[in-house]
Amino acid sequence: MTPPSFSPTGIRFEKIDKRFGGLYALRGVSLGISAGECVVFAGRNGSGKTTLLRIAARLSRPSAGTVSFVNGGGANGETPQAAGFVAHATMVYDELTAEENLLLFARLQGIANPAARAEKLLREVGLEERRNSLVRTFSRGMRQRVAIARALLNEPAVILLDEPATGLDPQGVSWFAETLRGLRDSGRTILMSLHGESEVSNLATRAIRLDAGAVVADTRSGANFRSILAFANA
Amino acid sequence: MAKRAILGLVTLGLVVAAAFASFYVVPMERTMGPIQRIFYFHAASAWAGMTAFFICFFGNLLYVWRRQPNWDWLGVSAAEVGLAFTTIVLITGPIWAHPVWGIWWTWDWRLTSTFVMWLLYISYLLLRTLIAEPDRRALLSALFGIFAFLDVPLVYFSIRWWRTQHPQPVVMGGPGSGLEPTMRKVFFFSVLAMHALMVLLLAERYRLEKLSGEVDDLRREAEAQ
Amino acid sequence: MALLSNTAVLLGKELRTEFRSRELLITTMVFILMIVVLFSFTFDPSVGESRRFGPGLLWLAFLFAASLMLQPGFLREQTNDTLSALRLSVSDPFAIFFAKLVANTVFLLVTEVLMLPVFAVLYNVRILGVFPQLVLVFFLGSVGVAIPGTAFSAISAQARMRELLLPLLLLPLLTPVLIASTEATAALLAEKPALEGSWLGFLAGFDVVFLTALWLFGEYLLEE
Repeated sequence: MTPPSFSPTGIRFEKIDKRFGGLYALRGVSLGISAGECVVFAGRNGSGKTTLLRIAARLSRPSAGTVSFVNGGGANGETPQAAGFVAHATMVYDELTAEENLLLFARLQGIANPAARAEKLLREVGLEERRNSLVRTFSRGMRQRVAIARALLNEPAVILLDEPATGLDPQGVSWFAETLRGLRDSGRTILMSLHGESEVSNLATRAIRLDAGAVVADTRSGANFRSILAFANA
Repeated sequence: MAKRAILGLVTLGLVVAAAFASFYVVPMERTMGPIQRIFYFHAASAWAGMTAFFICFFGNLLYVWRRQPNWDWLGVSAAEVGLAFTTIVLITGPIWAHPVWGIWWTWDWRLTSTFVMWLLYISYLLLRTLIAEPDRRALLSALFGIFAFLDVPLVYFSIRWWRTQHPQPVVMGGPGSGLEPTMRKVFFFSVLAMHALMVLLLAERYRLEKLSGEVDDLRREAEAQ
Repeated sequence: MALLSNTAVLLGKELRTEFRSRELLITTMVFILMIVVLFSFTFDPSVGESRRFGPGLLWLAFLFAASLMLQPGFLREQTNDTLSALRLSVSDPFAIFFAKLVANTVFLLVTEVLMLPVFAVLYNVRILGVFPQLVLVFFLGSVGVAIPGTAFSAISAQARMRELLLPLLLLPLLTPVLIASTEATAALLAEKPALEGSWLGFLAGFDVVFLTALWLFGEYLLEE
């Protein structure tokens, strides 16, 4: 079995506050995510899920508190990798082809042999035949595949997904769940926010419920998995 | 409360004294007559406005660095007060020019530069009205404010050089240049009085902004429930 | 050096995207042409008058066109939130600005240089002997427009009324560029053409000041 090309990484959120003006999107959130866990965040719109994920992705700075990545094995003293981030927005350019998009981001991240990597990922997400088509011409499901390919370019140890299955047809959801299963089983740490139960949420090993910017339930503390997700849309 | 009252009274005293001095203490200017007395308020306002804009720049830099809302309050207050004094400069200029030269406006380099600076800070305030979220508004306007202030000396130099290549009648001599001793003393006293007024207005405006910010926060919290 | 290679990669993307659709270039050129034609109705385009008013009107046209053309810069990155993807991928956020401002300078310069012969014909001014020097002036001036323009397009993308906001923020600030560029251009189009080193030096100084400011503060413009 080939050793993973990444070192398993946990995440530590320490007393995270995020304020927008006078409003707290997140308040005193402290969480420890172990390496390899697959966590699903549930909660109403505005409960802080997206904000927490964007802070973990380093796109947003917390108003207070810290977030840190904790490397498990392979202590080479390397600088922590960027996490892979997939959101509802595709984060790829409509005016470029699928291949051009992946090459662009691969080169920016300084990945060795970007062309080979782009090709490999296009094959893995099943888009090699459409590699030279502009993303503008893709369906929603295909765009998500490009988005995932982009997120996986640097073989991240941590993958963050913000409502990634929205707008996918059942076939798309199945494909996505399969892909996610593979990523989970390879030991990557996964955080995702979802709206309710599905094939995708069932992959999670832990569920956390957020409400008004605070953690209100956590399966690690004994809460019930199903009940956390059941009220997700309330 | 007592502090504010004292500051108000002192400022009032200084301004009245400066006005008195510019009318009764200073001798009549040889060529221009009584209208020249407006110079004391005109030029002193220009200095006070410039100081206010510098305070705004300082507040902007500090906000970007520290992200504490009080620097934002300082920035917007200083910009508004600076703009008020700059407006006085732009109004007293033509008031002076008309009786003396028969025209309301020449594109004299000082007035023109002041006009551009006025436009820059109007833009700063307009920008603020177009961003709803307070932290975003504070950050983006602070960054624009920094760029704007860096531009001010460039504006002055470019307009001045340009005017040396295309000379026009100069509306007013340099402040302090060719001023007789009494005039010079009254001028500096006017500058002091205008700065006192500037500080007073700044303090009051800052207080208002602080209260407004707090009300806003409360309203947002209430709406979110 | 990572900053330069990131900039090069992003610049490639900016140029490739624009040259594929050419929408910015074409609309900007047509806009400048329209202004140049409309201006001709406001004064008598004899040779003497053209020399007096032409350079200023040309640069005003460039400034107005630029303040419209610079809009899409960061707006485009909002459509699919590609800005977040860029922020995650680059090592230095300044690369994002650097690439866009180089691209914007290129676009501006291309439209200006293409407009120059048209202007020369319509206003009867001689440009052949001083063409390289004019391009130098256009280059320094365009950089001066592009630097704050790119910075402010990041600001206006996050505000309301952005179509009006960008010109509002940009135009007063560009007064020194307008003056310096107009003077330098006028000197080159005069009866005895001369290269005004001092104005060019001033433009270069303006460019350095704002490039430094953008380098220091750029990442805050992209913050969430």
